[in-house]
Amino acid sequence: MSNLLYVLSFPFARYAIIVGVLISLCSALLGVTLVLKRYSFIGDGLSHVAFGAVAVATVLNITNSTFVVLPVTIIVAIVLLNAGQNAKVKGDAAIAMLSTGALALGYMLMNVFSTSANVSGDVCSTLFGSVSMLTLSEETVWLCIVLSAIVIALFIIFYNRLFAVTFDENFARATGLKVRFYNLILAVIIAVIIVLGMNLVGSLLISALVIFPALSAMRVIKNFKGVVILSAVISVVCALSGMLVAIVLNTPVGATVVVADIIAFIVFSVIGRILKR
Amino acid sequence: MALITCKNLTLGYEGVTVTEGIDFEVNSGDYLCIIGANGAGKSTLMKALLHLIEPMSGEIVYGDGMSRNDFGYLPQQTRVQKDFPASVWEIVLSGTVSKKGFRPFYSKSDKKCAEENMKRMSVWELKNESFRDLSGGQQQRVLLARALCASGKVLLMDEPITGLDPKVTLDFYNLISDLNKSGLTVIMVSHDVHSAIHYASHILHVGPTQLYFGCTDCYLKSDVWHNFGGRESGIDCEECRHKIEDVNSPLYRDTCDHGHGHIHQKKSTPNGEPKMGNTIQPAREHEPDKGEKKVYTGLVADREDNTAKEENDR
Repeated sequence: MSNLLYVLSFPFARYAIIVGVLISLCSALLGVTLVLKRYSFIGDGLSHVAFGAVAVATVLNITNSTFVVLPVTIIVAIVLLNAGQNAKVKGDAAIAMLSTGALALGYMLMNVFSTSANVSGDVCSTLFGSVSMLTLSEETVWLCIVLSAIVIALFIIFYNRLFAVTFDENFARATGLKVRFYNLILAVIIAVIIVLGMNLVGSLLISALVIFPALSAMRVIKNFKGVVILSAVISVVCALSGMLVAIVLNTPVGATVVVADIIAFIVFSVIGRILKR
Repeated sequence: MALITCKNLTLGYEGVTVTEGIDFEVNSGDYLCIIGANGAGKSTLMKALLHLIEPMSGEIVYGDGMSRNDFGYLPQQTRVQKDFPASVWEIVLSGTVSKKGFRPFYSKSDKKCAEENMKRMSVWELKNESFRDLSGGQQQRVLLARALCASGKVLLMDEPITGLDPKVTLDFYNLISDLNKSGLTVIMVSHDVHSAIHYASHILHVGPTQLYFGCTDCYLKSDVWHNFGGRESGIDCEECRHKIEDVNSPLYRDTCDHGHGHIHQKKSTPNGEPKMGNTIQPAREHEPDKGEKKVYTGLVADREDNTAKEENDR
């Protein structure tokens, strides 16, 4: 406990907590839509692409990689979502190709061109999140806060339309909703969340942050608004407790947060079973 | 001017023509059924009307105050995600979403519209229920309420009765019929031909090209109908004829064991024209030898009826 208080007395630790909470909130809000739209795998694919972009940024010695990674990920997200609508290119295979390709390429670049003394440490922290999350610069923290605010605002403004597009895309399009536009917004938001989430849990685990809270909430709640709210709560609680536990027990932050999400999923599954009876 | 006019449409996917020469118009208050064999392009035409695909050539013109997206749309049951966590209220309300312009949230009038249409479809008391827990018929009525929220003018339906049981199907047809009588224009894609000719005012029969468009009565006299398997005169069935008068009787229209729709026909009228909606079309081959008026409709209740009748005859 004293360890916890000691760590929290540093401003960067408080930054880390703020960023973690915001990221988990954003990912949970959008996670419900992504899971129901069957887009979960796109998030996974994108995170690998983001890893590749990080590798490129590292090689090019760019200090704040977010400015490279974010645009690249957004562009790939838009391409992937549009490809999903094209019957000729089957979405899942395209994504699998792109994600594994980016992963391999990224790892190779990091190995061959890296100037750092600890290559495997770099790779590991990009894949699984920084060990302590305390390496966040103030700049990154502000970027996280601004982007999270934008994501949350967009989600609230377009909430009703996103619901319509998620529930029945054909109906929405037939009645004149600009479905392509909302899918585009969704693609951009997914990309932003993935890039932000990499700071917290790393590129391999970010999908868990998106998917677990939504699925947990769906075990017990049967309306859309309720699921969105509950998944946001679950996600924030899990992220917060995961981070605090990580500080106290000195475990890797990303993995601890995801373990907390898994526990929440199991708990809510059991509650769902009991409620059904 | 007609609400919707389709001029010489050619429809297909990625350069492959599915159907061509589609030429018809829909006027306010019409009840148009689009029929045709499987793969004939019924659903493709529906998608074109909904702007889900663009026609390869030809055009769709809207008139009479109708705009491009002034549709209520009732999709095939199977297209809707059955495990989606959404309350009935959320779903019906989402029908109004396209009419809101730039307002991000639902207004009072949106909510009122949803409430009225839910009461009209008698699903108001299901307001807080989860959509996935409802029966097929209830789900269909919820989606219908949503469609009515999107437009009070034209209702497009894509094989709406797929997966509904006979009783619910009958209720559904009556509901649509009532809506049509109250002024709603109805366009329905259906493989249930016999219900189509019973309820619709107009028939559009599509194949590789347009085979027929016109009013239902004229359709029943056409070669297209006869070639499609429609019968001019079925079995003259005295028992059935008086039952047919009762529109609410389950015998009135139902589905036999083979999944065909049944239709009860009267005897040919004196001038030889078949009247729609009253000939028995036997699901089994009829044996004409004894001159006995035997009907098989595949309904258990009906079968019992007939057995009783036969015993009486003896």
